[in-house]
Amino acid sequence: MDDIDRAILNRLQDGFPICERPYRTAAEQLGVSEEELIRRLKRMLDNKQLSRFGPMFHAERLGGGLSLCAMRVPEARFERVADQVNAFQEVAHNYARDHAFNIWFVLATETPGRIDEVVAEIEKTTGYRVYNLPKQEEYFVGLKFEV
Amino acid sequence: MATQGGLPLVPRPYAQIARQLGAAPDEVMQRLQRMLDRGVIRRIGAVPNHYSLGFRGNGMSVWDVPDEKIRKYGRKIGNLDFVSHAYHRPRQLPEWRYNLFAMVHGRNRDEVLVKVALIADLLGEDNRVHEVLFSTRILKKTGLRI
Repeated sequence: MDDIDRAILNRLQDGFPICERPYRTAAEQLGVSEEELIRRLKRMLDNKQLSRFGPMFHAERLGGGLSLCAMRVPEARFERVADQVNAFQEVAHNYARDHAFNIWFVLATETPGRIDEVVAEIEKTTGYRVYNLPKQEEYFVGLKFEV
Repeated sequence: MATQGGLPLVPRPYAQIARQLGAAPDEVMQRLQRMLDRGVIRRIGAVPNHYSLGFRGNGMSVWDVPDEKIRKYGRKIGNLDFVSHAYHRPRQLPEWRYNLFAMVHGRNRDEVLVKVALIADLLGEDNRVHEVLFSTRILKKTGLRI
């Protein structure tokens, strides 16, 4: 990653134009050619320096349900419960964390009402309580991650 | 959603999406602009992968702050350059007393803890108690389906 990559990353976190040749417009602002911008974005995606390039959708405003859930599972049962949780297609991601609350996953459902149903199904399948922690407010100031 | 995999990396990406959908490029651009204006699309752009950029210490800091001050603090904390997201979430008493979550990014755990201490300073006495939960393993990661 060189200075141009860094400039691309810093600049294109804020937004990308909607026009016929958006890469050309963005490239002009960055002082590179359209072709070079596309090539560098491709490379950063291939190298996984970028996890995504494109529109970021707001799940709830599309009508879906989204929530963060946590579980407290004894170490001896951890792997089994993690597998049971992961088997639900509504579980978008799931992280182990070093805490008594050791399983943290995001539920994404087609409708908001489905969240509670899936929570109940996971509790029934695993035998452990699911702590449903939906966001009540978001303090999101856009990404400004400088590299 | 034709753009779920990301924006095509070609000179005329919206025209390519339009071809896939059998729509006119202008219509695709207008609809995307409308979704952006309405907030259905947060933004179009690059999403850096913190981990592969060397920010290996990502901690979920959780805070118990007075409910009536949570918005004030949420906005302040959400504005810090090492915090990617801050959320107000419900407590689940008595087991879970935290109502403010902030994702803190640093190159390693020590750096994250230093930054968490900065948040603690900012909150002062309104920080009743806090913890940092580090992820130890990704158990599952899929794209968000919509």
